[in-house]
Amino acid sequence: MTLEFKQVEKRAGAETHIYPTDLKLEDGGFNILLGTTLSGKTTMLHLMAGLDRPTSGQVWFNGKNVTGAPVQKRNVSMVHQQFINYPNFNVFENIASPLRIQRTPAAEINKRVASVAELLNLAPLLKRSPHELSGGQQQRTALARALVKDADLVLLDEPLANLDFKLREELRDELPKLFENRGCTVVYATSEPNEALLLGGHTATLHEGQVTQFGRTEEIYRRPKDLRSAQVFADPPMNTAPVAKRGDTFVLNETVNWPTMERQRTLSDSAYTVGIRPHHITPVAGRGHAVPVEGEVLITEFSGSESVIHFRIGERTWVSQSQGIHPFEIGSRAQFFIDAANCIYFGPDNELVSA
Amino acid sequence: MTRRYKWLLPAFYIVFLMLPIYWLLNMSFKTTNEILGSFTLWPKNFTLENYTTIFTDPTWYNGYIDSLTYVGINTAISVTVALPAAYAFSRYRFLGDKHLFFWLLTNRMAPPAVFALPFLQLYSEVGLFDTHIAVALAHALFNIPLAVWILEGFMSGVPKELDETAYVDGYSFWRFFIKIFIPAIIAGIGVAAFFCFMFSWVELLLAKTLTSVEAKPIAAVMTRTASTSGYELGLLAAAGSLTIIPGAFVIYFVRNYIAKGFALGRV
Repeated sequence: MTLEFKQVEKRAGAETHIYPTDLKLEDGGFNILLGTTLSGKTTMLHLMAGLDRPTSGQVWFNGKNVTGAPVQKRNVSMVHQQFINYPNFNVFENIASPLRIQRTPAAEINKRVASVAELLNLAPLLKRSPHELSGGQQQRTALARALVKDADLVLLDEPLANLDFKLREELRDELPKLFENRGCTVVYATSEPNEALLLGGHTATLHEGQVTQFGRTEEIYRRPKDLRSAQVFADPPMNTAPVAKRGDTFVLNETVNWPTMERQRTLSDSAYTVGIRPHHITPVAGRGHAVPVEGEVLITEFSGSESVIHFRIGERTWVSQSQGIHPFEIGSRAQFFIDAANCIYFGPDNELVSA
Repeated sequence: MTRRYKWLLPAFYIVFLMLPIYWLLNMSFKTTNEILGSFTLWPKNFTLENYTTIFTDPTWYNGYIDSLTYVGINTAISVTVALPAAYAFSRYRFLGDKHLFFWLLTNRMAPPAVFALPFLQLYSEVGLFDTHIAVALAHALFNIPLAVWILEGFMSGVPKELDETAYVDGYSFWRFFIKIFIPAIIAGIGVAAFFCFMFSWVELLLAKTLTSVEAKPIAAVMTRTASTSGYELGLLAAAGSLTIIPGAFVIYFVRNYIAKGFALGRV
């Protein structure tokens, strides 16, 4: 099954929500739409579902043009960020509702609802009303309704965002398994880069209504096409700074420079933007090409076994993310190490030149 | 000490509120002679004759039937018309929607008396005078805006994603609206119906102006009971007591949502 956008554009009045987009989603795979709030994820999902019509362009599904087809005529299912269930139906009827619309025989409805409920640990709750369930159970009910239909296209709009972290981790582990071997295309919208990495599959990075890159999740993380894609796929934000290449060294400022890697030898000597992920700047020298820099500590954040330290070199703020607790005095000067082997470089138009 | 007498103030207030109602009930079980002749805190000659008269004399009980008929028609019209209107205001953005929404409420800013004359003339011309539907339609002018406002508030409390989920599941608009959406805002419909009912039930001026014989409301019947022996106060009190019942009955069903209704669904 394939879903294809051909120059799909969505405008509302003078505002452009989605710029003309070409996108072809993988056959029966897990696809992630990664973007910040208001980047257009929900609009994209609405266009895919057929809840919204594109202003221009075409949507093709399985080789058929479905641009004008209403959502009822397409075999899709959707789960929202909010826990949406029909308040006047019990859990069983909630899950069964798409089948009832399709006039599935009662015996088959019972069978399919029972098997999906079993899969999502809802079996003992079928008689309950949705408002008697916990948030996690409500979202499971919504997922069950999306699963029971055997839709060709399953759209998940930040389905885990409103859950507390324990439930989120639990459900995130289950999600890819749930949709495995069902032959459906899954589109999962999220604003968390880590979630995208954990779920795998393919990722489309979305930035202010534009799909900046689409490809295998890991590939996009390792080799972002340009600075925008890199920033969408970075949490905490990627450190960027102008550098100059002079012969076999990259020069950040008078005191900080580092040798080029093998793969960067061919780059011409000129100005570049370096992108360094926060976990490649650490207070302890790692193996390989550790480049020492000195900065003034601004903020320190500790979360369990992890330290996030914001520091300043000159006018520029940097973020370091490292394992272990590194209690620096705020305002003190401290030494950090940049892992030069993992720096990525962008050219004058912010396009990737070396990763 | 203060703690022991804390109940006094609310008790006093409740007595103060209930006193007129008690007095009405008290009078309804007395004869007119006793009401006029002496001051008694409870009926000396307890009589049900006033109530018997009301339930046996067609001019009396027809007043109740007429009132309930046009109130019922009005409530049905108002809520039915307000439902799609409120849905549109809550779900769609269109040119001038906010102004239109506010304009609706301005319909309630004019006193009903202003409309009595145009309604009377218009209805006489088109032959609607002295019918139930005439009063029901006149009251709809005030009740539809109110019902739209109340229902819009309740509908906006239902996330738009519920609509989307239903469409994705394959529901057509009407099937979704009737099977899922209306049950989801049933409390709001109850509250809106209650407010329509109450306005229509207590409104006297339009109802009286637009009717003469066939659809005369109970309140109008009550004002026309002067006989050669003067006003029959006992009978009037009994009729008054009975007018409280339908309201009390309706309020019972929406008692948990009334506050939300007064805030036009925005709590």
